Amino acid sequence: MASIMNAGGLPSDQPGYSFSNASAPSESSGPRQHAFNPYTDNGGSTLGVTGADFAILAGDTRSTSGYNINTRYAPKLFRIGDDGDSSSRIVLSVVGFAADGNALKERLDAIVKMYKYQHGKPMSVKACAQRLSTILYQKRFFPYYVHAILGGLDDDGKGALYSYDPVGSYEREQCRAAGAAASLIMPFLDNQVNYKNQYIPASGTGHELQPRAIESLPKEDVIGLVKDAFTSATERHIEVGDGLQMLIITKDGIEEIYTPLKRD
Amino acid sequence: MNHYPQAWGRPRDDVYGPYDNSYFQASAPQTHTQSPAVTGTSVLGVKFKDGVVIAADNLASYGSLARFTDVKRLRTFPPNTVIGFGGDVSDMQYLDRLLQSLDIRENYLSSYGHVLNAKNLHTYLSKVLYKRRSDFNPLWNMLLVAGLDDDDKPFLASADLLGTTFSSPTLATGFGAHLAQPLLRKLMPHDEDSVKDVTKEMAVEAIKACMKVLFYRDARSLDKYSIAVVTKDGVELKEDQKLEDQSWAFADQIRGYGTQVN
Repeated sequence: MASIMNAGGLPSDQPGYSFSNASAPSESSGPRQHAFNPYTDNGGSTLGVTGADFAILAGDTRSTSGYNINTRYAPKLFRIGDDGDSSSRIVLSVVGFAADGNALKERLDAIVKMYKYQHGKPMSVKACAQRLSTILYQKRFFPYYVHAILGGLDDDGKGALYSYDPVGSYEREQCRAAGAAASLIMPFLDNQVNYKNQYIPASGTGHELQPRAIESLPKEDVIGLVKDAFTSATERHIEVGDGLQMLIITKDGIEEIYTPLKRD
Repeated sequence: MNHYPQAWGRPRDDVYGPYDNSYFQASAPQTHTQSPAVTGTSVLGVKFKDGVVIAADNLASYGSLARFTDVKRLRTFPPNTVIGFGGDVSDMQYLDRLLQSLDIRENYLSSYGHVLNAKNLHTYLSKVLYKRRSDFNPLWNMLLVAGLDDDDKPFLASADLLGTTFSSPTLATGFGAHLAQPLLRKLMPHDEDSVKDVTKEMAVEAIKACMKVLFYRDARSLDKYSIAVVTKDGVELKEDQKLEDQSWAFADQIRGYGTQVN
């Protein structure tokens, strides 16, 4: 997932933790023109995990500008194609520049609704995931500055999760963390969901050591992992906190859980 | 008069000599705002159980110069929405004209009994701002929109030059985000759940206290301000308020700079 995120920091006086602050290697010392910067970083973090028959998306509800808290409740999770009859089974989470996130959400939502009205059936997550990639790539040279994660259930009823970079590269995964605290949460998820660096004790020496087999986790365990991930990220990252919103997608619908986080 | 529209309304060539058409052609490149010129400072807003209180001072600064001292930065939109503008004053005036034409169009075209509420206007304004930032031609403002939503509940939300939007029981733009917001948040220990416990008097008092703190510490502020209370019954707008009970007793204790050097 090499992306423009690593191509240099935002030309801004703000911290911008979600994006790499390393300056581009080819930066010259020539005269620089001050120009309007159309982007900002509104902080926060999101994550998604799938199980055998569910997908969970989560995000904190804090919105920041620099060191200021804009609001303690600005959801980053959106039901896509929801027209009031709670038939929607797709959730989009966006983190990064909130105005772009909203614009992206509105476009995808309109497209998924139009699909349903024109074809008389809801869009599959697989199709929605491809469409989202296309929307992002259409703005390749003026990108939506967001890390998107799309969750739902696939045609077999299994949990489906797709993660994106700002210009539309995407991939189906078991779990993914994005946003300001992604670098804190992702290794935890690697270890606790995909059992990375976990081995069966005394199963051999050196390369003979057997890795612990991956299993699909029950829903209650995943909810516990998500809460732990966010309480820990809140401790260590200033842009994460205030509240945790979780949307759990199952065949019966989308369940919402809100848990308070530390507000400091 | 001839059939060339370019010549209509211009001095006759045979009387006044050839007209300088360089004035008529857009020879200069299209320019965009790169920084604001005449600016307004903070806008404050607080929800209470029946509505919203919003305030902004009456100063428009030109850099550090206090250029215009009687500029009303709260604009009302009928029936009961108030928009507070921070940032560039000319862009505020443009948005005000835009809202006036929107109001006229709505009154002519929309069905009877339908009105645009604060939530609708906030959505509209944030889309205007986001479109302009996407064109790299921003409207250099931070707005607070105060009023009521679809269910006649108090509504308070912000929109800025990038199109970023958020809503909170207390909001403050500019310098107020640093100085006033922490004070205002004391009113709302449980965020949205606290709104029902806040009366109009409490909200107005808190806003007035914050305007005073801002006048003490924000060098681009003024002690004349506008304050509006929005409820279901309409807008109560006062545009020539003066800060009361100012205390400058601390000032003669300050040593080391200014007129008292030691």
